[in-house]
Amino acid sequence: MTVHGDGYMSFIEIKDLTHIYHAGQENAKEALSKVSINVEKGEFVAVLGENGCGKSTLAKHINALLLPTDGCCIVDGMDTNDVTKVWDIRQQVGMVFQNPDNQIIASVVEEDVAFGPENLGIPRDEIKKRVDEALKAVDMERYRAFAPHLLSGGQKQRVAIAGALAMHTKCLVLDEPTAMLDPKGRSEVMSAVKKLNKEQGITIIYITHFMEEAAEADRVIVMEKGKIFAEGKPQEIFARVDDLKRLRLDVPLASAIAWNLKKQGIYIPDGIVQEEELVEALCQLK
Amino acid sequence: MLTDITIGQYFPGQSFLHRMDPRMKIGLLFMWIVAIFVFDSQVSYGIFTASAILLALCSRVPILTLAKSIKPLWMILVFTLLIHMCGTPGEVWFHIFVFDFTREGFIQGFHICLRLALLIFLSSLLTFTTSPLELTDAMESLLSPFKCIGLPAHELAMMMSIALRFVPTLIEETDKIMKAQQSRGVNFESGNVLKRLSNLVPILVPLFISAFRRADELAMAMEARCYRGGEGRTRMKELKIRTLDYGACAGTVLLIAVLVVLKVEGI
Amino acid sequence: MSIEIKNISYTYMPKTAFEHQALKNVSFTIKEGEVTAIAGHTGSGKSTIVQHLNGLLHPSEGQVLVDGTDLNKKGSEAIKARQLVGMVFQYPEHQLFEETVEKDVGFGPRNLGVSEEETEKRVKEALDFVDIDYETYKDVSPFQLSGGQKRRVAIAGVLALKPKYLVLDEPTAGLDPRGREELLSRVWGLHKRKKATLIFVSHKMEDVARIADRLIVMNHGELMLDAPPKEAFLEEEILKNAGLTVPATVRLLTELKERGFAVDPAAFTMEEAARRIAKAVKERRRGTC
Repeated sequence: MTVHGDGYMSFIEIKDLTHIYHAGQENAKEALSKVSINVEKGEFVAVLGENGCGKSTLAKHINALLLPTDGCCIVDGMDTNDVTKVWDIRQQVGMVFQNPDNQIIASVVEEDVAFGPENLGIPRDEIKKRVDEALKAVDMERYRAFAPHLLSGGQKQRVAIAGALAMHTKCLVLDEPTAMLDPKGRSEVMSAVKKLNKEQGITIIYITHFMEEAAEADRVIVMEKGKIFAEGKPQEIFARVDDLKRLRLDVPLASAIAWNLKKQGIYIPDGIVQEEELVEALCQLK
Repeated sequence: MLTDITIGQYFPGQSFLHRMDPRMKIGLLFMWIVAIFVFDSQVSYGIFTASAILLALCSRVPILTLAKSIKPLWMILVFTLLIHMCGTPGEVWFHIFVFDFTREGFIQGFHICLRLALLIFLSSLLTFTTSPLELTDAMESLLSPFKCIGLPAHELAMMMSIALRFVPTLIEETDKIMKAQQSRGVNFESGNVLKRLSNLVPILVPLFISAFRRADELAMAMEARCYRGGEGRTRMKELKIRTLDYGACAGTVLLIAVLVVLKVEGI
Repeated sequence: MSIEIKNISYTYMPKTAFEHQALKNVSFTIKEGEVTAIAGHTGSGKSTIVQHLNGLLHPSEGQVLVDGTDLNKKGSEAIKARQLVGMVFQYPEHQLFEETVEKDVGFGPRNLGVSEEETEKRVKEALDFVDIDYETYKDVSPFQLSGGQKRRVAIAGVLALKPKYLVLDEPTAGLDPRGREELLSRVWGLHKRKKATLIFVSHKMEDVARIADRLIVMNHGELMLDAPPKEAFLEEEILKNAGLTVPATVRLLTELKERGFAVDPAAFTMEEAARRIAKAVKERRRGTC
């Protein structure tokens, strides 16, 4: 447990986490090896990496859906290994998965949002209030009486987010929430997530393959083969174009062009991620 | 698109039958069915038939749509009638082969058919005016007293509601897989029975695999949202017995009282 | 030889409460050897149109002609014409069902009564094309493969039918950048090496820009735009209304052009965009000096 000098603890503290699927069996497979990450309250962290690099395994530990083979994962001071704390941890950490169809449980939107609070045994009037608030927060109030199969992918994912919010979750872990969506759905989900992070201070852990989405985060973690390959501000990470290319990951266009121009001897300042930044930098050139 | 098929035969509406508590509807249906079997005079049949039609009119469900619900069973009805006609001794109407068809048999058979038809008609009236979701909720609530003898009422209801939720998704999926296999040269329209059966394999295997994958992911999503069975769970929507339901109940009791009086009087 | 879409309209569940017109009087022609991209948001009618191309759906009005044969006709001629068009659905790995990779890829040809010898040859070719080693994988269960491999095997299953026209519905959906890149270069190779006619559905304008000769934009069941990508990307308004974005390179270069740089926005790769920016920056320096 990382205890800083004054006893301070991060919101999420993952320490030397190792996870082996089918441990002790013939087909044992190490998905995570000695991973350590701290996430502060209110932070927006993006996680990048190839399929099979252990991103999803990591995400499931934060919600105690998986338990460490070795090491520990502590959420708001509670160890996921402590069986008495499992439900408190899951209430605090909401999950949104990739396939929008496979996480909506009820046949009506509002009842699906109510599913979490119902499980927590919240009184009826309070559930109603929370469902209203949660649907409003993701701009889905109009669809409260809809059947989920009549919604678009982006709308379904927002319902899934509302389902977590109604549990008064402090942290959202999103595992490739936009992988199956069209551009419109992607931007809907992304702006809902950003809004929750800014306005309600909800901690976000966002797994994605879309670099433009990762560029919006406070911090980017790049994973490779069950280990953390790099960690830092988007500006720092996306400046390492060669490394990212070697890992076969995309680079945001602005970073890639800045890198390319630098190689051609044109002076561009470091840390360019957004297109506007590049345009500004080019206009400053004399 | 296969996806827009409505599940079950729910016919949305605002009639008092739609607005009633589903538990009360199920309870009253049960009372009516018992009454239909207990009171078997001609007058009571008349009363039942008239009130069934009256209820159907109140529900605003088109009477033709309702009548169609009896269609799958007409063979059974005709068969029942014939069995009774030739199995009951009495005044012979006509004679075919070794069978005598009697007038008494016809009357008895007709009564039984009418009973069956009323039964089906009233049950469909329930499913036409109650959404599958309401039915599931009612089932959970009505079965909950049996929890003490180990009946998993909540789990059964949860299973049913998840099944209902996934019907449109799986129909859509089936449609897609069928089209994909058609594009790979499977012909679903022709061939003998054996060929047609073997054509189901390329549909059923992917469908089962996908259903299992969905079930797996759904279970995880439910766990992530703190689902741990029915214990300590609250509900946002609770079924409530209201004045309307008491009224309907009173109406049924009154009807049965009249029937009892008629029976005692011997009419 | 071509696929001709002539004034087709399509209505789902006509004469019911769920009636919905998915296509309204759409016409276009796909010539042999062309690469056509179809784009639009979910529900714009693009998937409906694609399903008309091999007769999975028949138009409520209008005609679909493949090499001159109306797909709606009865008889063997229409069946043959339908088989000219291969169809790769979204998430094609969901259609795998056989015990081995070899059997699954050979399923299509065997269905069509292709000889065993020829089937084997086609399976080898198709697997080779999607970069799956025949000897290593032929007896492996397709369900043991990784996500990207499964998808490539499923695509091989369609290629083994030797279609003259190949339709792909969002072939790269859900893949990571590496998988996307690999698949796209394979598909592109199919066109380059074999002169295959490709029709693919995609929202990713970068992919469209890279491989398509032509972009068709659908919105609300209507054809909004049918032009080469270079021209189409300049129609920002139409693209925006259809829920699409222009490629990031075009967006960036347009912004720079507005800020006074002498750049042509029609660049679709990072390298090309960087080259143009570098040129413009150098020219600007010379101009200001």
